[in-house]
Amino acid sequence: MEAITQVEGRAYPWGAKNIDTDIIIPAHWLKTTTREGLGKGAFESVRAEPDNIFDDPRYAGAPVLIAGENFGCGSSREHAAWALGDMGVKAVIAPSFSDIFSGNAIKNGIVTVVLPQAAVDRLVEVAKDQPIAVDLETMTVTTPYQDRFPFELDPFRRQCLMEGLDEIGMTLAQDTAISKYESGVASARPWLNGRSGDAGVAVDGAGRA
Amino acid sequence: MTKPARTLYEKIWDDHVVERRDDGTCLIYIDRHLVHEVTSPQAFAGLRAAGRQVRRPDLTLAVPDHNLPTTRRVDAQGNRLPIADPASASQLAALEKNAPDFGIRYIDATAAAQGIVHVVGPEQGFTLPGTTLVCGDSHTSAHGALGALAFGIGTSEVEHVLATQTLLLQQSKTMEIRVDGTLGYGVSAKDVVLAIIGKIGAAGGTGYVVEYTGEVIRGLSIEGRLTISNMSIEGGARAGLIAPDETTFAYLKGRPMAPTGADWDRAVDYWRTLPTDADARYDRVVQLYASDIAPSLTWGTSPEDVVPITGVVPSPDSFDDPSKRVAAQKSLDYMGLTPGTRMQDVPVSYIFIGSCTNSRIEDLRAAASVVKGRHVADGIKQALVVPGSGLVKRQAEAEGLDRIFTEAGFEWREPGCSMCLAMNPDKVPPGERCASTSNRNFVGRQGPGARTHLLSPAMAAAAAVTGRLADVRELVTEQA
Ligand code: SF4
Repeated sequence: MEAITQVEGRAYPWGAKNIDTDIIIPAHWLKTTTREGLGKGAFESVRAEPDNIFDDPRYAGAPVLIAGENFGCGSSREHAAWALGDMGVKAVIAPSFSDIFSGNAIKNGIVTVVLPQAAVDRLVEVAKDQPIAVDLETMTVTTPYQDRFPFELDPFRRQCLMEGLDEIGMTLAQDTAISKYESGVASARPWLNGRSGDAGVAVDGAGRA
Repeated sequence: MTKPARTLYEKIWDDHVVERRDDGTCLIYIDRHLVHEVTSPQAFAGLRAAGRQVRRPDLTLAVPDHNLPTTRRVDAQGNRLPIADPASASQLAALEKNAPDFGIRYIDATAAAQGIVHVVGPEQGFTLPGTTLVCGDSHTSAHGALGALAFGIGTSEVEHVLATQTLLLQQSKTMEIRVDGTLGYGVSAKDVVLAIIGKIGAAGGTGYVVEYTGEVIRGLSIEGRLTISNMSIEGGARAGLIAPDETTFAYLKGRPMAPTGADWDRAVDYWRTLPTDADARYDRVVQLYASDIAPSLTWGTSPEDVVPITGVVPSPDSFDDPSKRVAAQKSLDYMGLTPGTRMQDVPVSYIFIGSCTNSRIEDLRAAASVVKGRHVADGIKQALVVPGSGLVKRQAEAEGLDRIFTEAGFEWREPGCSMCLAMNPDKVPPGERCASTSNRNFVGRQGPGARTHLLSPAMAAAAAVTGRLADVRELVTEQA
């Protein structure tokens, strides 16, 4: 993953609340086996409306999206983050995010910035004609009008973003700890061990009422 | 030394910490991993690209559900019928290849045990109390009904779990949602969870793991509890737990993947230690009373837009929050509804009884009891019953439920996600209105322009036979 310290540029001044993952990327776009090319499906139902914000030439290719409360609610589809990334969004600013979405976003190098509603309202105004800057070094969002809004992000997620870390590789380095845990469980809760891959799936006993 | 009082969530969490980091993040061990065809291809591709293996294929179970057409899957000779949509077919083919390549147990699309991943897990006894269980699907929260810490993950996390059998997580806050009293006649688990979401809002549970408690929850079957935990995510909570009890043990005993013999006894002893300690504290407590809960449904495009069936379409002006007013107006425009209209006067044209929320045997029985001796109303263009698994289907057929439905004019389908998400051929056409037992009423969820009202199986059946949103209590008498 690409390391990221700053996102600066135009922002979609949207502010809409409860934007769910079906709005970000509808289900019929999920039939893909790759991560690429989902940008053209992003916000399909919004884009079907005339004068929508995503087809407004002022914001074309904007790296920042400003949204309302509960952004990314709904399904766990990482396709939502892939679609945003594919359309060039590198930071989303909102008063709150769904837990699953913000995890997915950060794993794909998209910063999720939580700011109070009043700050978001102000940014929506400013973004109509000015750029917005999100800085992970100073943990602030700033505007050319000297607005300065500090935000928080858990330290691990921040580090992942700023160093572009491969989380799986990092966890695999903890192999000894994982193996130790597994042998502890094997004696404490032996019933948790699964059966081997070719054991098949039994039908008897499962379907009873 | 006495241990500090802990909640069910904290006990499960503590037993799964592999490593605690300085910043408070924990490496958490994952006991059970369910995989389906939509959110896994990129994860397997990632493993291949990095030359990585699946660490514990024995703890992983794969089954296709989202893409599968719910029409017949084999011809008269028993040969598999092809899937018409090439993209769906290729996603299915990817899982069919990935599972054996990585040594993962796979339930084939034509197997009797196939079904929606969240129906299959509990039914097979793959889901167990006190486990951590994940799946690349947000309704994984359902498995919390058996006392498992279960939550949905994204594809990068699917890959992480496949490779390491762990996840890096921050501990969540805890919320108790307590439902006391006795449910009124005609009020089901679905009505309870809709009432909960109506109360806390679609973001109310964000950052929390919920535990459902109280008399009403204790009194529910596992099927009913699964309906409640399933929709935790609609209230913003990633996971929704219910403490394991005798009902849970009785449900699990003898299931194919549940422990047996001495292992079973040891497991039950452990499971009995899991319920929240009497003096443990939650970060937030929400209380509901059964007497306040009527058969309910949604009017808008967020699952928090809940009204009792006796209610009316709300006016946007009735909301204090200005942004909610704007959202409500948009919802009403999309839904084609006028404020003040009685919900019971709203006609519907599509009926969907299915999805991981309400496709288990108890759900089908509840719907069939309303449908029995009646017929689907004239204005209904399509009425689907889609069992959650092949085993549910088989059980329902043994009880004659399929005939009740088909004689009434319903279509009786093969198991899968079906009309819940418009990813397979089952869709609600633009502008049509669907009474649906699924869990999401988002814009476009059941198809572009589709209008969804979420409700219980009995209420969906009532809508089918009356052709409008109807109060099930007026159709079936209490003694019946
Ligand atoms: S039935 Fe619907 S909610 Fe459940 S897993 Fe399938 S698509 Fe998701």
